[in-house]
Amino acid sequence: MLVKFNVNGDTVEVDVEPRVSLADCLRDVLHLTGTHLGCEHGVCGACTVIIDGEAVRSCLTLAVQADGATIVTVEGLSNDNALTPLQAAFRKHHALQCGFCTPGMITTAHALLTEEPDADAERVRDVLSGNICRCTGYVPIVEAVLEARAAYANPDKADAS
Amino acid sequence: MKFPSFEYACPASLADAVALLSEEGDAMVLAGGQSLMPILAFRLAAPRLLVDLKNVPGLDTIKISAEDVRLGARVRWCDIEKHTGLSAAQPLLAEAISHVAHYQIRNRGTVGGSIALADPAAEMPGIAVTCDAEIALTGKLGERVVPAAKFFLGAMETCIQPDEIITEVRLPLWPSDRCWAFKEFARRRGDFALAGVAVFYDVDANGCAANTHIGVIGASDRPCRLGSAEQIINGAFLDATVIEAAAEAASNEIEPMEDHHAPADYRCALVKTLLERALTRAMA
Ligand SMILES: Cc1cc2nc3c(=O)[nH]c(=O)nc-3n(C[C@H](O)[C@H](O)[C@H](O)COP(=O)(O)OP(=O)(O)OC[C@H]3O[C@@H](n4cnc5c(N)ncnc54)[C@H](O)[C@@H]3O)c2cc1C
Ligand code: FES
Ligand code: FES
Repeated sequence: MLVKFNVNGDTVEVDVEPRVSLADCLRDVLHLTGTHLGCEHGVCGACTVIIDGEAVRSCLTLAVQADGATIVTVEGLSNDNALTPLQAAFRKHHALQCGFCTPGMITTAHALLTEEPDADAERVRDVLSGNICRCTGYVPIVEAVLEARAAYANPDKADAS
Repeated sequence: MKFPSFEYACPASLADAVALLSEEGDAMVLAGGQSLMPILAFRLAAPRLLVDLKNVPGLDTIKISAEDVRLGARVRWCDIEKHTGLSAAQPLLAEAISHVAHYQIRNRGTVGGSIALADPAAEMPGIAVTCDAEIALTGKLGERVVPAAKFFLGAMETCIQPDEIITEVRLPLWPSDRCWAFKEFARRRGDFALAGVAVFYDVDANGCAANTHIGVIGASDRPCRLGSAEQIINGAFLDATVIEAAAEAASNEIEPMEDHHAPADYRCALVKTLLERALTRAMA
């Protein structure tokens, strides 16, 4: 099936079987391998991408369901020149070790802070409860997300592109 | 994990969706996909066609009127969370749904999908049964409305026919002075609960409880009401002794399943504790 959507600012058209997940489409067809696949059945959160402003699991979404959508992956949340505020906060707080969960953490945090720049620690923990990290113990990730809030309260600074 | 091969259709009307389901014996409805995709990934089902409801109009609205609250089948958990009127119009629903799944799943999982799935530990079916909700279905023979108490037939089993689509869940009017509470226990926030209880009652002119509804999830093959505990509460003036007696009756009434999450005895003890907490909260 022909599917057309926008990924990180580029309009793309792909021809995929209906059974292909959005995650596999992004990784294998569009070679956007920043989106990670941990469990492929909805429990780990590594595959989180942002569709039309909302964080979703790309392993539980079909590529054909994304027809007409605007998608942001972790690649779309970086900046060639410098670290974004979220990346800088992750670096400062050692919020990653192996980095496998990081794409899902970054996309989830970005979606959350864009909508709720005043999210408190409890809300951040609640939202990140859908993302598994085997390395960090979560405390540094929560600290990093809390620190990045300031940039999102002032949208000019959080602009990742 | 890769999904088995299937075709995909995205009909633009309810009639077209029903027609596709009726013509194609081996078709399944796709709503949020948050349960169906894992089911397909594990190859527990291998339909020939998925009928996506995303373009079917009218299924995503929340209607609050003087008679009832109507949740369209495609209303998502995040829609309920963000709705400004529901915490007053159906506070028990709003509280219970705040426990469903995680952030990303809440952005896609739907009321209709959860009712159709009929997971014994799911919150939405539990609230439907506790609150005497009605479930509206449309199939090739037209619409029918089924009371929640008759809808769930067992674990992952309902009375939905292969050509039918859930369109709406209707919750009866909720008096603003009603006493209520919802309590559940899950190992991790957002996970399916090991057990949960939903409670409400009205207070009569003498200050005694009446019209008590106590529902339980995760304690049997389907959500159900606990008649023996309800009887103890009805007509009583709630205090610690009454609550203790009702909680004891509840844990004797259920016959929980035993699985790798918890033994049956544990679930009995859990339901007792949860009901004590819920009634104490409802009374406060
Ligand atoms: C990690 C994880 C944690 C979760 N935790 C919880 C939890 O704590 N509590 C909870 O309740 N749920 C939980 N869920 C399940 C989630 O809430 C699902 O979204 C929901 O149960 C199904 O809704 P859906 O819209 O995604 O349905 P889908 O996955 O699209 O469909 C589910 C089933 O319903 C059928 N169906 C869907 N819509 C209709 C309709 N309108 N008419 C007829 N049939 C229909 C489908 O054919 C399919 O068989 C969790 C899921 C995951 C992955
Ligand atoms: S890979 Fe999607 S949730 Fe684990
Ligand atoms: S940094 Fe290794 S899984 Fe999170």
